[in-house]
This record gives sequence, C-alpha cells and structure tokens, in this order.
Amino acid sequence: MEAEVTFRVDGTSHRLTVDVRTTLLDALRERLGNTSAKKGCDHGQCGACTVLLDGQRVNSCLALAVAHDGAEIVTAAGLASDGELHPLQSAFIRHDAFQCGYCTPGQIVSAVGMLREAEAGWPSAVTAGQPADGGSGGSDGPTVGILTDDEVRERMSGNLCRCAAYANIVPAIQEVARG
Amino acid sequence: MSTITPRAMGQALDRLDGADKVRGLARYAFEHPVDHPAYLFPVQSTVAVGRITGIDRSQASAQPGVLAVLTYHNAPRLSTEDGELRVLQSDEVAFRGQIVAAVIAETSEIARHAASLVRVDYEGRTHNVDLRAEVPGHREHLRVPNEVLPLFPMDTAEGDVDAAMASAAVRVDEVYSTPWYTHNALEPHTTIACWTEEGFTLHLSTQGVTGIQAGVAQAFRLDPSQVRVISPHVGGAFGSKVYPRADVVLAAMAARSVPGRPVKFALTRQQTFSLTGYRPPTIQRVRLGAGSDGRLTAIDHRSIEQTSKLKEFAEHSTRATPSMYAAPNRGTQQWVAELDVPTPTIMRAPGEASGMFALESAMDELAIACGLDPIELRIRNEPDTHPHFHLPFSSRNLVTCLREGARRFGWERRDPTPRARREGGWLIGTGVAAATYPVLRLPGSKATIRADANGRYAVLIAAVDIGTGTRTALTQVAADALQADVEQIDLRLGDTAYPPAAEEGASAGITSWGAAICAAADQLRQRLATEHGGTVPADGLEITADTPENEYLKQYAMHSFGAQFAEVRVHEETGEIRVPRQLGVFACGRIVNPKTARSQLLGGMAWGLSMSLHEQSVLDLRFGHVVNHDLAQYHISSNADIGAVEVHWIEEDDPYVNPMGTKGVGEIGIVGVAAAIANAVYHATGIRIRDLPITLDKLLPG
Ligand code: FES
Ligand code: FES
Repeated sequence: MEAEVTFRVDGTSHRLTVDVRTTLLDALRERLGNTSAKKGCDHGQCGACTVLLDGQRVNSCLALAVAHDGAEIVTAAGLASDGELHPLQSAFIRHDAFQCGYCTPGQIVSAVGMLREAEAGWPSAVTAGQPADGGSGGSDGPTVGILTDDEVRERMSGNLCRCAAYANIVPAIQEVARG
Repeated sequence: MSTITPRAMGQALDRLDGADKVRGLARYAFEHPVDHPAYLFPVQSTVAVGRITGIDRSQASAQPGVLAVLTYHNAPRLSTEDGELRVLQSDEVAFRGQIVAAVIAETSEIARHAASLVRVDYEGRTHNVDLRAEVPGHREHLRVPNEVLPLFPMDTAEGDVDAAMASAAVRVDEVYSTPWYTHNALEPHTTIACWTEEGFTLHLSTQGVTGIQAGVAQAFRLDPSQVRVISPHVGGAFGSKVYPRADVVLAAMAARSVPGRPVKFALTRQQTFSLTGYRPPTIQRVRLGAGSDGRLTAIDHRSIEQTSKLKEFAEHSTRATPSMYAAPNRGTQQWVAELDVPTPTIMRAPGEASGMFALESAMDELAIACGLDPIELRIRNEPDTHPHFHLPFSSRNLVTCLREGARRFGWERRDPTPRARREGGWLIGTGVAAATYPVLRLPGSKATIRADANGRYAVLIAAVDIGTGTRTALTQVAADALQADVEQIDLRLGDTAYPPAAEEGASAGITSWGAAICAAADQLRQRLATEHGGTVPADGLEITADTPENEYLKQYAMHSFGAQFAEVRVHEETGEIRVPRQLGVFACGRIVNPKTARSQLLGGMAWGLSMSLHEQSVLDLRFGHVVNHDLAQYHISSNADIGAVEVHWIEEDDPYVNPMGTKGVGEIGIVGVAAAIANAVYHATGIRIRDLPITLDKLLPG
C-alpha cells in the first residue's frame, strides 16, 4: 500500500508517494537523497538516525513516514545555514569529537534537541531531586541548573559512538552550552 | 634509515573531512547516489549444521516487485577456496545464520518481506558450538592452527618451564577466559554493486579496497582490472571489514543477475552478528614462577580459541607474552577448536586484547603473592633484550610509561590492602597493567606522487580512512616527505583506481602507506634535482614507489608499550561497577597528529572498558547463534559509562621503525585495560575475576 506525504526537510518542501512500511529514515535517505541521518541499527537503539521532528529529537528509524505528513524535519545538513557551520558542529571539529563520523550527525542533532530540553527544564535521571538521585521527585521537584558533565553524559547516552569519542563529545557540547 | 624532518607532523590539525562529517555530507558506501537501484535481502539458515533438503521460492517470486530469488540452484558458480566466500554454492550449512537464499527487489521493503516468504527445509545434524566443552583433557576438536595472524611464531619454548615451576618460591597458575566479542561498527557492512560490460563497480564499506578487488576478481574469474572498489568513508570497522566476506560476494552475485542496475545491500544489525566475524572466545592458562623477590623464573601461556569449519582463523592470544618480561624458562602454545560456528576474524588488537588480560591479571596476582607493588614487580622483570628474539628493542619505554603513569595517577598514595577504601556504599579500588603492540608493516602498498608546475602535489594511494584519521595524517606525512605545506598536498585514497595498498589494520597503516609515500617523495625530489634542475617541468613529474623493505627488522625488535591505570567503584549492595577514571601513558614513537592520535587512544581505552564490563555475545547452545544480536542487548559503552579519561604519551625518537618514526596507535589503547580494571576490582573488593566480562553477578555473594 502506498500513501502520499509532504515534508519540509532542511527548509525545502517535498511531496512523495511512499510505501506505508517506509520509515522516515528510509524516506530521507533512499527517496529524498538526504543521507545526513545515518542508519546504525534501524531499531531505535543507537541514535545515528536522530533528526529534529517538529523541533524535537527523535529516532527517525522508529517513525513511519506516512505518520508524519506535514512534518518539519531538520537534519545535521540543515543545521548549517549558508555554509556556516552550527556552533556545535564547529565545536565537534575543534574537540575531535568523532572518528569515523557515522554517529556524528545524529550526535549533533541530538545535542541541539538535548540543550532545548534542558533549557525547558526537563529533568534527566541524574538531575538533582530525581528519585534516582535520592530526591522524592515530589513537589519541589527536580531542578535543572547549569548542566554538569554527568547531565550531558546521561542525556546523550541514547547516541552510541562505537569509535567512543565520548570523552571529546562532552567538552564539545559543554563549550557551546556554557557559551 | 634517516627519518624525515617533522614540520607538519606533530601538528594537531583538525580532520580534513571534519566539516563534511559534522553535516552528514561525507558519503559512506550505501549513500553513493545511484539511479534506479534494486535492493537485496538475504535468507539465513535456521540450523547450525546440516543440509538443505528443499527450497520453495514460489511465494517470494510471486510478490510484485521481486526481480529474482537466488539460491544454490541458480547462483553463479564461484571459483574460490575460501569457505567464507563460497556463498550459495551447495546444499551444506556450516553455521546458523549462513546465507541460504536472497531476494532482489524494487524496494528494500519488498525485498525484506519476500525474503521472509522463502521456505527452506533442512536435515539438521548435531552441532558443536561450545568452546567451553573443549577443555584441556577432552581435545578431540583441538589442533594447532596452521597459521596464526601474521608474522609471529605460533609456539615458543625456551628452558624447562615445568622444572622451574616446581622449584619456584612463588607460583601463579590460573585459567582466564574471554567471551565472543562482536565489533558492531556503527555503520553496518554495506555495498552498492553494479555489473556492466566493464565488470563490477563496488561501493563498499571496507578496510582495504585492494584486497576486496582481489577476492572478488578471483571468485568471479575476472581480471582485477574488471573490479573497481570505491570506499571514500567508512563508518568504523575495527577489523570486521578487512577480509571480503559473504555479503560482498552476495551483492556482486545479485548485481550479475540484474546487469546494469545498481544493487544496494546493507546488512541489518542482527545479520552482522553472524555474517561479519567476531573476536573468538579464549580459554587461557597462565603459569608464572618467581623467587620471593618477584624475579620471574618461568612464564608459560597457553590458549584455546575457536574457529569455524568453513575457514581457519586464529588470533594469537599468546603473542604478546614473549615480548614482555625476562625469565629463563618460557613457553607459549595455542590451539584452535573447529566448531559449527561462523568464522571469527580480526578485532581491534587481535590477540593482545585477550592475551594481555590473562598475562597482566596473572602479574597482579604474582605481585600480591610476593607482597610487591605491581609496578615494582614489572620493573624488576624488565628484560635487557627481547626475551624471545634476543634482539635489542628499537625503543622500549615500558618502565617510563609505568613511572609517568604512577606519578600522574597518584599511585604512591595507594594502600594495597583490598577493601581498604569505601565511600558511601561504594568500594573503591585502583589497578594497573602494561600494554604492548608490535610495530608491523603490511606488504603490498605503492604510492604515486604527481608534482605539478603550479606547486601542488597529487598523492595517490588506495588506502582507506576508517575513522582513524588517515586522510589527515597521511597528508601531514606527505607534506613533510615533500618538504611542502599541507595546503599543497592533494591526497586521494579509497579507490582501486589509485595504486594498490595494504589494508587498514594491525596499526600498520601509517607505517605501510607512509613509507611508500616517503619513498616516492624521495625519488621525486632526486629526479627533480638531477634531471630538472630542481624545478618541476611544465607538464609535471610523476613517480610511483613501493613500500621499501626495512633493513632493521633483522636487527631490532619493534614494539609499542604503554601503561594503563583505572579506578573502579563497586557498589557493595548491588555489585554495580563504575569506572570514574582511566589514565593511559603510551610510547608509540612519533605522533603524526596529536589530535587524531589522542582520539584513537581514547577510543581504544573505552573499548577496553567496554570489553571488561559490558560486551559479550551470548550463544544459545541449543541453536548455535548469538541471541543478544542487537545494540539493546549487546552492550557497548555509552556516554554515561565513560568517566574522566586521560591520555599521555612519551616522546620517542625511533629511527629504526620507518622514515616517519611512527609505531602505530590504533590497537594499543585497548591492550591491558581489561587487566587494569580486573586488578582494580580485586583491589576494591578482594574478589578476583578471571572470566570476562566482569558483571555484577560475579561480585555478589552466591
Ligand atoms: S538507526 Fe535509528 S536508532 Fe539506530
Ligand atoms: S565517530 Fe564513529 S561511531 Fe561515533
């Protein structure tokens, strides 16, 4: 079965007919020729396919294209505007926060989404006041202040890097987060 | 050998492909734009050993959009003795997950669905997939491998180990084991194959385009010139993409059956667990005998590992041992068990990663038995010359690494008593281990340099960059070899259109390829000087040179060394293990690019942590396959698992290894980490774990 969908990807509108089994990731990569998001597992287990879907980070391999008609999608290719790299992209290069680069677009998009989540006050498992931290998670609630390195590590753990550039990814993100 | 003067080498240049990679614009194999591709999906065997008795492809073939269903009945006959590459050649099944059919279709969704409709019947036979059943004393399937991964004698013996053990004042005699590890490069094995009148074009994720070209050409009875392999960017490999495997052959076969049409084939993560190799599990016995002063009188290291029945692969888990410590009586021995399993392959520091876990754990046990500091024990057993080859080392800075690491790590404040440090509910311990890796040079590389009158140099070599930073580091090497600036160098790699190159592996990339580039640069400068008065002629000048022999190989033993330190916390109640701190000091010759080299060493150390605590392919003995075959169940270290990591190196000037003075940094980062962590776990808890990975169940009381 096929269906027609429309997306805006990195600022450009596309209309296409997709097999209803087609994931958003395959629609981007195989149909629209945008290979910025990568396929590492196809099961929501590695984060290589992370894109911003209507402003939030998602694993695009877990999204069916047909379910997101009208969506606004941003990949790492779209974060760089007019040839200017996004500050996180420059920080990743300076800190050598990657080797093979296959997880990298996903890491960077994920970091953009993550910083927005933190800014909006979303707690993580290591945020002070969380049950995991010995807090009650109750009325005074968790507080997200300045992101500690442990916060960044926790919040970025959905993005696996087999080259294990983690010890460079954290300072690259912190450089941008702390301005 | 004179080493070239470093100007670009030693600079912490950003990766040349960084801006492409951070935007996702660097093209990996599957991303090469092609018109009107077809898609391939394999069917895998559901028995571990047996024979196919029937294949019904009617339902699959009837699906709209299916172009072909390949089985051993209709697949082209191949000409290869390599059991791994003999895809769809007979009705025999040699391991669970072996490719028994494949579907080519208009879309990936159709191919995958149709593959699920191919019905295969088998006559299964009893399988044997359990290495642990192959314990010494019950050795029907054990034999000495014909060949162990390259360049080292398999078994070594000197003196009389048994007699020395019998009379030793202090003895350690223990068995250590390591599990089946799977590489899990983040980019799975992918290919786009196209067959035309000229032959094959393969866009491929590989560690060596030249080797793939040769393997495919042979299998399909073609001249190598009819196989073009292109691999500009590779999303990690770690050994799993060195040799051609079944996936490449299958993709090429599929392309043959739809001529002119590109066929796209990406293994799923699950399929990579049975089709792309793994680090073989090992069972190792280490015997150490010493005087009460800790001076070793005997070192003996034996290992059993597994291979498949299709093809022999053996890694040398005992290889590092003869290079480490002085002792008059020494031995190493290695066996393989042939089982009904997929064929293992090279995986980061093949041999050293597993073997040094055993040896360096045993050294810690010996230090404790002698009441000596483990660093002091190693220093006391430092050899003057290579213990096996009896040659001087071209450079050996193990002791410097240990001392420098101890100083930086704060080792002197350590109370050696187990369970001495406690914070909250956490027991805290620290551990140390030595690391080593040989300096290897792989044969078969050539480089071409073309000088243009406008002052630029094109450097062509079919090397690959699997994330190691080859593109950047070789550009720096070429700049110094040509006495030019980095900006004048236009390095091209990853394509069999360029001169052949050895595969990326064995930490030998810069040595093998760099030496060829240096040789070409040397000849080019000489020709310019003698024939052209020192200026490049208007139509340019081109030179091609081979990697030269290294005349010093017979005079010196060449190895990198390092010291690994780790701090662990073990939760007393839950057994949870954390590693808040790792520190490594390495002696790896000249560092071409401190930024990318540091990343390689960091990555290796994280791999070491991952192999110590997280990774294990769990075999279902009933069926013979890895059950935890995805990234949710096969755990690799995530960001939150890695704490503070420090990487340092000792300045080394080694004029014997190669013209760059480099010794390689890709493997040594992982070596010794597992022992350092196991030693730290012992220090924290008083519990000695000799069976990796160290999981909490092994630390909790019964
Ligand atoms: S490819 Fe989507 S999470 Fe791995
Ligand atoms: S850079 Fe290779 S997986 Fe992250």
